[in-house]
Amino acid sequence: MSREPFSKLTSRTFVLSQENIDTDQIIPARFLTSTLRDGYGKAAFYDWRYDANGRPKNSSIFNGYNRETHKILVAGPNFGCGSSREHAPWALLDFGFRVVISSDIADIFKSNALKNGLLPVTVDDATHRRLLASPGIEVTVDLENESVTIEGLGEAHFKVEPFARRCLIDGVDPLGHLLNQVAAIEAYERADR
Amino acid sequence: MKSQSLFDKVWARHVVVEETAEAPAVLYIDLHLIHEVTSPQAFTVLNERGLKVRRPDRTLGTLDHSTPTLKADAKGKLPYASREAEEQVAALIRNCDEHGVELLGLGDPRRGIVHVIGPELGATQPGKTIVCGDSHTSTHGAFGALAFGIGTTEVGHVLATQCLLQRKPKSMRVTFFGTLPAGVGAKDMALAMIGEIGADGGQGYAIEFAGPAVEALSMEGRMTLCNMSIEAGARVGMIAPDEKTFDWLKGRDFAPKGDAWDQAVEEWNGLATEEGAHFDREVEIDVSALAPMITYGVSPDVSAAVNAFAPSPASGVERHAADYMQFETGKAFSEAKVDRVFIGSCTNSRLEDLRAAAAIMRGRKVKRGVVALVVPGSEAVKRAAEAEGLDRVFIDAGAEWREPGCSMCIAMNGDAGAPGDLVVSTSNRNFVGRQGKDVRTVLASPATAAACAIEGTIADPRRYLEGAGDVA
Ligand code: SF4
Repeated sequence: MSREPFSKLTSRTFVLSQENIDTDQIIPARFLTSTLRDGYGKAAFYDWRYDANGRPKNSSIFNGYNRETHKILVAGPNFGCGSSREHAPWALLDFGFRVVISSDIADIFKSNALKNGLLPVTVDDATHRRLLASPGIEVTVDLENESVTIEGLGEAHFKVEPFARRCLIDGVDPLGHLLNQVAAIEAYERADR
Repeated sequence: MKSQSLFDKVWARHVVVEETAEAPAVLYIDLHLIHEVTSPQAFTVLNERGLKVRRPDRTLGTLDHSTPTLKADAKGKLPYASREAEEQVAALIRNCDEHGVELLGLGDPRRGIVHVIGPELGATQPGKTIVCGDSHTSTHGAFGALAFGIGTTEVGHVLATQCLLQRKPKSMRVTFFGTLPAGVGAKDMALAMIGEIGADGGQGYAIEFAGPAVEALSMEGRMTLCNMSIEAGARVGMIAPDEKTFDWLKGRDFAPKGDAWDQAVEEWNGLATEEGAHFDREVEIDVSALAPMITYGVSPDVSAAVNAFAPSPASGVERHAADYMQFETGKAFSEAKVDRVFIGSCTNSRLEDLRAAAAIMRGRKVKRGVVALVVPGSEAVKRAAEAEGLDRVFIDAGAEWREPGCSMCIAMNGDAGAPGDLVVSTSNRNFVGRQGKDVRTVLASPATAAACAIEGTIADPRRYLEGAGDVA
């Protein structure tokens, strides 16, 4: 999965209000044996979507999902906790999401998401409650201004780590940035050992 | 100078470029551990960009997640869960070979779960920065290392530059007071700590575990505690090194030798948190009245004493979890029938853990109908356990004694529960489906898991302590 730039997006929300949605829910471990970076969308939330025999569940909340119109996932607190698997943001992106909004997003997931062009947005509790209560509402997420505008309900602000933000907007490559520090790294290695 | 914490000191020593408002710090990594699941895509990026592994000498690979725990068949063929799993293992072998990285591969007597072998080889040392594409890298913090899990993109960063872009996290100290009662151990402390802080309470923090009850723990116990920092949301959990740490490391393969050892110990002695060091948050936990703990929900912070009763769900989330776990409100947990027991994982698969389980299983039988799996954390643990006859204890009790690996902790190698099974597991995650589709996981200590295997229900291990009366 290549990193895609991100600046602004208007889309409807898809709401999963449960708290502690861990990366094993986002993509179960048995789908982690692939050595590729793409194609994980079909495994996204697999056990929420399919029964033990691999048949689509009639009761799945994802039956109401449309990848063309629902690019913003609104999730309960502590989204993305658990395993550090980067397959989780890969799966969400491949499935169709570009933004995850919650009151609280797990550290490693957040870091992985930012590196792949999936924007993790942490909003205040009141805004979060409003979003949870209005599934399908139209929301504009503006990374340059770090704002979330909810149709008819006003605006909220969020913070993204400044370097990650620049990387997303301007397409700066973090590995390129690190490779540019090679002189400092060599100096450190000489001094330290 | 301002008083510094253990974490402050290790962090400061590894800053290559200071952090600014615009950019995170460039942090040097002393040891990079890799395994088959989270590394292939990182090597692909390296190869695409024509980059080399900067420090193969600081990189160490092992095979653990996808590897079978059953022996090879007569033709020498290992029973992989799928062709993809086999290909994933082959990819790591190929990548390590091409990039000159040492791999503790299949058949290597040093192979094992990544967080078990690092300390076992003495590669894990106080004051080091250690990363791995695996969230339980916090385990290595038990030695006073700054160790944390990273994603695959970052695995690529470390392979290419031996560095990571990181902002310094906030700090939290969790102090454990009191003396642990008999039959209660580090796993119970970990579950109590997670229950106290919450599954997201440690987010954005590096935790230091301190206090008399932590000092009293063995190195194995300290590893169990640091291992589960991530279940409280913290990427880092660390403990100041002391004599126990040094004794544990001395003489191990990768540990310094001779004069270098004395020098290292002197340096390590200076790592402890100074009086007056600042912590953004302080938590205190008294362990004197702690009971053996179990989880009864689908998040590791939902726990109770093993002899408690299932509470009535207080919210929608709790009801959802209760529906999944099927513990009947008001009934004792000990009435719940257990289908499987798993003793293993980087949380509890070291020799001390196996001894604790064997002490309860010795001379007893696993309850009919219960499948019990004992999976040592490494080849070395397996050999040591067999040398003292623990394998016989488990086999005679009717449990299965397997080859080392992650096994049912993540259930991606084919070892899994059946839908609906109630599994008592010494691993670290009780998420929905973690141990197989629709499997219900109860986390517990090795002693508790062993007692559950014997009784076929959730059971209190204190009943099996020598000279124990009836524990209510
Ligand atoms: S034993 Fe479990 S938690 Fe530990 S490294 Fe393996 S899969 Fe991860």
